[in-house]
Amino acid sequence: MNQTVFAPWDDPDEKPLIQFRNVTKRFGDFTAIDDLTLDIYAQEFFALLGPSGCGKTTMMRMLAGFETPTEGNILLSGQDIAPIPPNKRAVNMMFQSYALFPHLSVRDNIAFGLRRESKDKAKIDERVEEMLRLTRLTKFAGRKPHQISGGQRQRVALARSLAKAPKLLLLDEPLGALDRKLREETQFELMDIQEKTGTTFVIVTHDQEEAMTVASRVAVMDEGKLIQVATPDVIYEAPNSVYVADFIGDVNIVEGRASQTGDKVDVAWAEGQPPIHATTQKRFDRDAQCYFAIRPEKVHISKERDDSRPNVLQGKVIDIAYLGNISTYHVRLADGTMMKAQSANTRRLANRGITWEDEVWLSFTDTAGVMLAR
Amino acid sequence: MRRFSLFNATSLTFGFAFLYLPMVILIIYSFNASQLVTVWAGFSTRWYGELLRDQEFLDAAWVTLRVAVFSSTIATVLGTMAATVIVRAGRFKGRTLFSGMIYAPLVMPEVITGLSLLLLFIGIGLDRGILTVVLAHTTFSMCYVSVVVSSRLATFDTALEEAALDLGCSPFEAFRLVTLPIIAPAVISGWLLAFTLSLDDLVIASFTTGPSATTLPIKIFSAVRLGVSPQINALSTILIAFVAVGVIAASLATKRAAVRADKDARAAERAAG
Ligand SMILES: Nc1ncnc2c1ncn2[C@@H]1O[C@H](COP(=O)(O)OP(=O)(O)O)[C@@H](O)[C@H]1O
Ligand SMILES: [Mg+2]
Repeated sequence: MNQTVFAPWDDPDEKPLIQFRNVTKRFGDFTAIDDLTLDIYAQEFFALLGPSGCGKTTMMRMLAGFETPTEGNILLSGQDIAPIPPNKRAVNMMFQSYALFPHLSVRDNIAFGLRRESKDKAKIDERVEEMLRLTRLTKFAGRKPHQISGGQRQRVALARSLAKAPKLLLLDEPLGALDRKLREETQFELMDIQEKTGTTFVIVTHDQEEAMTVASRVAVMDEGKLIQVATPDVIYEAPNSVYVADFIGDVNIVEGRASQTGDKVDVAWAEGQPPIHATTQKRFDRDAQCYFAIRPEKVHISKERDDSRPNVLQGKVIDIAYLGNISTYHVRLADGTMMKAQSANTRRLANRGITWEDEVWLSFTDTAGVMLAR
Repeated sequence: MRRFSLFNATSLTFGFAFLYLPMVILIIYSFNASQLVTVWAGFSTRWYGELLRDQEFLDAAWVTLRVAVFSSTIATVLGTMAATVIVRAGRFKGRTLFSGMIYAPLVMPEVITGLSLLLLFIGIGLDRGILTVVLAHTTFSMCYVSVVVSSRLATFDTALEEAALDLGCSPFEAFRLVTLPIIAPAVISGWLLAFTLSLDDLVIASFTTGPSATTLPIKIFSAVRLGVSPQINALSTILIAFVAVGVIAASLATKRAAVRADKDARAAERAAG
C-alpha cells in the first residue's frame, strides 16, 4: 500500500491557500495581531488555539473581510484579498454566536447563500436537502431557529456556511455551546465533512483537546503572536516553549541550570538533589537558565526504588486525582517541589498499592522530557 | 398585594377624569339629537350623517388622510435611514452633533418649526398646499420614527448582517433581507406614530398650508371659532377613534416585537445553558 502522508507544509513546491504576510491589526492603540506571518494550505484542518482575547476571532474576521489589516497583507490563492468585500469572497464563516436569521426557517437559513448567487430553484432545493441530510436536520427543516435546540442550531449554522461549498470555511468556536458527547460526535462529523468536501477549514477553539482531535496543524497564539505552529503530536511531544507546553495538556516544569556534553544535559534544579538527566538537540550554555518539561504520564511511580531509568526521585504522595481510567498522583519531592505522575488504572481500586502519605519513587528516562530555553 | 386604599382610588379617579372627561363629554354630545351643543335631547347619529353630506368636511378629511399617509411613509423611510446611520456608523466625526440634530425637533416648539418652514417655503418660492404640509409633517415626524427605530436597532445583533454579507449579500440586500424584516415591528410602529402625529397636527399645518389644502384640525379650529356645532363633535369623535386605533396598534406592534425578542433570548439561553 502506498499511503502518502498529508503534509503540504513540508513540501517546498506546494502553494499555500492562505498567506498572512507580516499582518498587524490595531484597534486604536491596542495591537490585537502583532506582525504575524502564517501559511495555511488547501485541504488543511487548521486550528487556532489560545487564551481568550489573544486575537483568534480577529484573524477570522480579517479572512472573512469584516476587518482589514492595519499593516501587511493577506493572500488567498496568491491574491491580495484586502480590496475584496466580504460578499465577494469564496470564504464562509460560521459565527461564534451562530447568527442564524431568526425570521427564516431552518431550510431558508441554509438556502440563503445559495439564493444570492443562483436562480435555479431545483438546484438550490437539491443542495439544501443534501445539507439537511448531512447535518441530520431534515426533520426540523420547517422550524424557526428559536424552536430547535442549541446543538441543532449549531448544525444549522454549519450547514448554512457549508452550503455554498466555499474554498475556505472559518469556524469560530463552533462547538463551544455543546455538551461533551455531542461535541465529540460533531468533531468527527466535521472531519468527515472535511474529507468528503475537501474544503479547507480554519477552526478557532480554546479547547486543546478539540484542537488535538480535529486538526492537521495547530497554531498556539498569545497576545496577537504565533508561539508555535505544528502538527498536534509535535505540539504535544515537542513544544517549543514553556508557554506551549503548559497550554497543551498537563505538564511538570522544572527550572534549573544546564550543563551540556554532546546531546546530554544535566539540569541542576535543587540543592542536595541529583541533577536531572535529559537529552536534547538544542545547545545550552553552561549554567544557562533552562526548563525541563515532562508530561505526567511519562513519569513512572512505584513504592520501591526502580533503578532501570536514569532519573530517580523520592517523594511523598500528597493527593490523588482518580479519573477512572487513569490516576494522577501529586507527589512532593524532598525539596518541596511538586511533581505529577500518572498511571493507568489497569487493576481494580482495592488492589493498587499507592495511597495518600505513602513514600514513593518517581522515575523517568532521559528522553521522556523536553529541554526548553524559555 | 398592596391595599387599594381610598386615597389611591380617589386619586386614580380624579386623574383619569381629568384626562378623559372632556373627551367623553365630546363623544357623548356627538350623539346628541339637539342642535344646541349643551342641551341633551336624546340619542341620534344625525350629525354623523350630515357630516358625510358636507363636501367641505369630506374634502378636508381627504386632504388630511393624504397628508398623513404620504408624510408618515416618507418620514418612516428617512427616519429609519437616520436611525441606521446613528446606531451603525460607530464613532465618526460629529456623530454626537448629528444625532443631537436629529432629535432636536422633538423638543423644538411647534410654532418655531412651523414658522421656520414657512419662511423656507416662501424663500424657495414653493406654493403652499398639500406638498408643503406633507414636507413639514415629514420633517417633524421623522425624528419620532428614528427614535423608535434606533432603540430597536441598538439591540440588533450586527453579526446577523455580517452573516448575510458573508453569504453573498450586498450591504443593501443584507438590510432588505435580514435587518428590515427583523426590525419591521419597530418600523411599523414608527409609521403609525408618524401617521397619528400628522393626523392631529394643527400648528405646523396652519403655518405651512395654503387655501387649497385645509386639513381637518384646521377646519375644526376655524369652525369652532364661529361656535361649537354638534357636527364638529361628531368629526372630533371620528378623529379620536382614528388616533386611538393608531396608538394602540403601534404599542401592540412594539409589544409583540418585545415579546418575541424576549422569547428568542430565552430560547437561546436555554440552548447555551
Ligand atoms: N472592534 C474592536 N475594537 C477594539 N478592540 C477589539 C475589537 N475587536 C477585538 N478587539 C480586541 O482585540 C483582542 C482580540 O480579540 P479577539 O480576536 O476577539 O480574541 P479571541 O482570541 O478571544 O477571539 C481583544 O483584546 C479584544 O478586546
Ligand atoms: Mg473569539
